[in-house]
Amino acid sequence: MVPLSGYLTISAFLFTLGVLGVIIKRNPIVVFMCIELMLNAVNLSLVAFARHHPNPTANANLAETVLTGHMFVIFVMAVAAAEVAVGLGIIMAIYRVRKKIDVDDMSVLRG
Amino acid sequence: MTGEIVLFVCLAALLAVSGLAVIVARRAIYSALALVVNFFGIAILYFTLGSQFLGIAQVVVYLGAIMVLFLFCIMLLQMSAEEALEEKAGLHIGAAIVLCVAFLGILWAQVLRVPTQTGTLAADAQREALSTVEAIGSGLFTRWALPFEITSVLLLVGIVGSILLAKRRL
Repeated sequence: MVPLSGYLTISAFLFTLGVLGVIIKRNPIVVFMCIELMLNAVNLSLVAFARHHPNPTANANLAETVLTGHMFVIFVMAVAAAEVAVGLGIIMAIYRVRKKIDVDDMSVLRG
Repeated sequence: MTGEIVLFVCLAALLAVSGLAVIVARRAIYSALALVVNFFGIAILYFTLGSQFLGIAQVVVYLGAIMVLFLFCIMLLQMSAEEALEEKAGLHIGAAIVLCVAFLGILWAQVLRVPTQTGTLAADAQREALSTVEAIGSGLFTRWALPFEITSVLLLVGIVGSILLAKRRL
């Protein structure tokens, strides 16, 4: 079986790529994509932890641990979906008002 | 046993390359396509971890809904000013890369500390049973029923909010 540290290494790498993209990119849509990349990296590590958690003493705890990991991922996915819908709506609204979408210029909320 | 490792290494390479492509790509549409590949790789990793439901949910939610939304948005904006959004090679990019390498180092120092030996075979079979669609479904409607319902309210708020933002006149 692939060890837990393998999954965590990929997860850490993808998360760092997401951070790098958020810092250096100027296109807000790509910045958003990098945020999604980070969310996915965290989801991956949650699932890996749920799969590889060391044995708890009682079986009830094992069920709790494994299912909690999965539930967190499901809720993160739902929140990400809502976040993307609203965030892309905001980007479209900004574009319509200001005709340009450079994140470096976005310092005010009012058009 | 070894086949699993080979699959994992291939997926890891795919994820690393497509993740890098998201950042390096010059146009937003190429970034989006690289991200599609990346999400698909993560879905396959979920399958290798034994959580079929999350793998399918990943494909349906991320590839089917979120990435389509991104592509729609990119095409609607048409990115006329896209060339103006090129990253200017400068000091801040170098500084960002140095910062991120340091951050990765900190993360990886923690990864090295996780125990290599996790669980026995008996518990392994039990984990398999707990990762099925049935277990997750019954969990969602018993122990996690309240957060599940709150999530539906959140999605409703998201729908109303994005309709409001998409109105022609704000």
